[in-house]
Amino acid sequence: MTTNATLPTTDRLTAQGTPRRVLELRAVSKIYPSQPPVTALRGIDLTVTAGELVAIVGPSGSGKTTLLHVMGTLDRPTAGSVRVTGVDASDMTDRELAWLRATRIGFVFQQFFLAEHATVLDNVADGLLYAGVAYHERREQAAAALTAVELGDRLYARPTQLSGGQRQRVAIARALVGEPAIVLADEPTGNLDRATGQAILSLLDQLNSSGTTILVITHDRDIAGRMPRRVEMLDGRIVADGATKAASPIDGWWLE
Amino acid sequence: MTIFDAGFRRLRVIDLARVASVGLRTRKLRAGLSALGIAIGVAAIVAVLGLSSSSQAGLLAEIDRLGTNLLTVSTGQTITGDTAKLPTAAPGMISRVGPVTTVEQVGVLDKVRAYRSPLIPTVNSNAISVQAASLHLPRAVTTSIAQGRFLNAATARYPVAVLGAAAASRLGIDRIYPGERIWVGGQWFYVIGILHPATLAPEIDSAVLVGFPSAARYLGFDGHPTTVYIRAATDRVDAVRSVLAPTANPENPSEVTVSRPSDVLVARAKAKSALNGLFLGLGAVSLLVGAVGVANIMVISVLERRSEIGLRRALGAAKGQIRVQFLSEAILLAALGGAIGVAAGAASTAIYASTKHWAVVVPTLAWAGGLAAAVLIGAIAGLLPAVRAARMSPTEALWTV
Repeated sequence: MTTNATLPTTDRLTAQGTPRRVLELRAVSKIYPSQPPVTALRGIDLTVTAGELVAIVGPSGSGKTTLLHVMGTLDRPTAGSVRVTGVDASDMTDRELAWLRATRIGFVFQQFFLAEHATVLDNVADGLLYAGVAYHERREQAAAALTAVELGDRLYARPTQLSGGQRQRVAIARALVGEPAIVLADEPTGNLDRATGQAILSLLDQLNSSGTTILVITHDRDIAGRMPRRVEMLDGRIVADGATKAASPIDGWWLE
Repeated sequence: MTIFDAGFRRLRVIDLARVASVGLRTRKLRAGLSALGIAIGVAAIVAVLGLSSSSQAGLLAEIDRLGTNLLTVSTGQTITGDTAKLPTAAPGMISRVGPVTTVEQVGVLDKVRAYRSPLIPTVNSNAISVQAASLHLPRAVTTSIAQGRFLNAATARYPVAVLGAAAASRLGIDRIYPGERIWVGGQWFYVIGILHPATLAPEIDSAVLVGFPSAARYLGFDGHPTTVYIRAATDRVDAVRSVLAPTANPENPSEVTVSRPSDVLVARAKAKSALNGLFLGLGAVSLLVGAVGVANIMVISVLERRSEIGLRRALGAAKGQIRVQFLSEAILLAALGGAIGVAAGAASTAIYASTKHWAVVVPTLAWAGGLAAAVLIGAIAGLLPAVRAARMSPTEALWTV
């Protein structure tokens, strides 16, 4: 059985062989209507093509999390357009957005958000629940995804019996099980110690090299430094977007 | 261009059931306690309806056992309003009617009273009547002798008496021993027997029965019967009934009252008890309280499960699917309570009915209605929390811990 952690080639590249755009943000702004209004994103332009591993990095309050909400279609931008796998999400109904998330986007969270009463296998299988996959098929695919994150021997364990790193790997398997076009990871190592965090990053790296498009949000410059592409944010704007320099100077402007 | 050619998928029923039962499976004690209110309400309703149906069934079975072919002919009133008299020949005439199998008679001695002893003040008559009875009366009214023996051709000629069940207890006599006597119409009568209660002829229960010859000899009885008990072939009862009045009193058929005691009992059995309404009302109140409990638990549950809701939204649940999940959970919770309530109500009906030797009857209306009410209550109670869960913003649910 092939693992579901890899995407079919056709999903990454168009027939012409040009890189396929899985995520396109054009002039995206987000203003929270509080008193006074808070502008979280100001004219963000960002394109992520299939097969990329991108870090969005910035200090807290720079708008990373809002960007994640907007990219993940969990929140609508105030202005601008968001396209996921070429589909404009601006005018979609709640149902259509939900279907988009169910089939195209995988999420990984800092707090894992695993159901403690359910087995690891069922937790991962839930990743396919809203994509209309039947129960037994869900479990089969979940088992494959868990094997891909090297937890194939803990299918029937409860999340409470696992270490933090193992839990995050379960959450990653849940994000991957539906073969999404893009995985959005929000501070995936934020609740883990350094060594475990490194292991998770290696796993993301490995999944990326087998074809999964991954976008990691972090405030940690070391983590961002390991990613092939780094997008730096400050005050709701993208201030830098480019390949990570091999030995990046550590003088991060947001750090003191 | 659209990605929705594959189509938005509703949750399969089996998946919905799984998702809806998550809250109940993970919080068993809480689910059980909040289902309890509804269970009690449904149990009360089912038990009240079940017990009244079972007691009715028991009474009807008892009436059936006693026989529905008993007819009575008793004295009516004359045109002027006086009490009419049945001819002394009436029992003989009635016994000539073809389908009639048994004819027995009593004659009330309305001037005669019975006392425990001559020392009892005459006003303390205890509502005990003195009646002359024919020799096979107990068989005709389906009762039997509890102690001693009934009148026979010999004892009917002497001052002896047999007591109805109620008359015996009012006189304070619960067993027969030689020489036991009571003061009837100014002279001693020896008690030779006590009857079991006669359900079909309760007027016998409060009577002191003496033989026709001795009533005439010692108590000045004129020999006119006041009630004639008739058993007829069951399939001919109506035909017999229609000819009884002219047969008993050919001169004045309108001065005769004919009745069928089992009809009265059946009507009484079918009448609803006023207490039923009270208990049903209490059951309804309990259901209402249960509904508030379910609504309360669901509201709390929605607040507690913010992260689950947010996660499900991130995994691709539409608002409608979240709404359906919580609504189904409330319905499931209430239906669970309803099912437990039906089981408890039916069980208490069965236990009580079996101690009374009634048939166990739980009407369809009771259990199906109880369950339907529970489901409806769950739907109403779960509506508001479900709407709130669906409205919850996924970003707030996931990022506000």
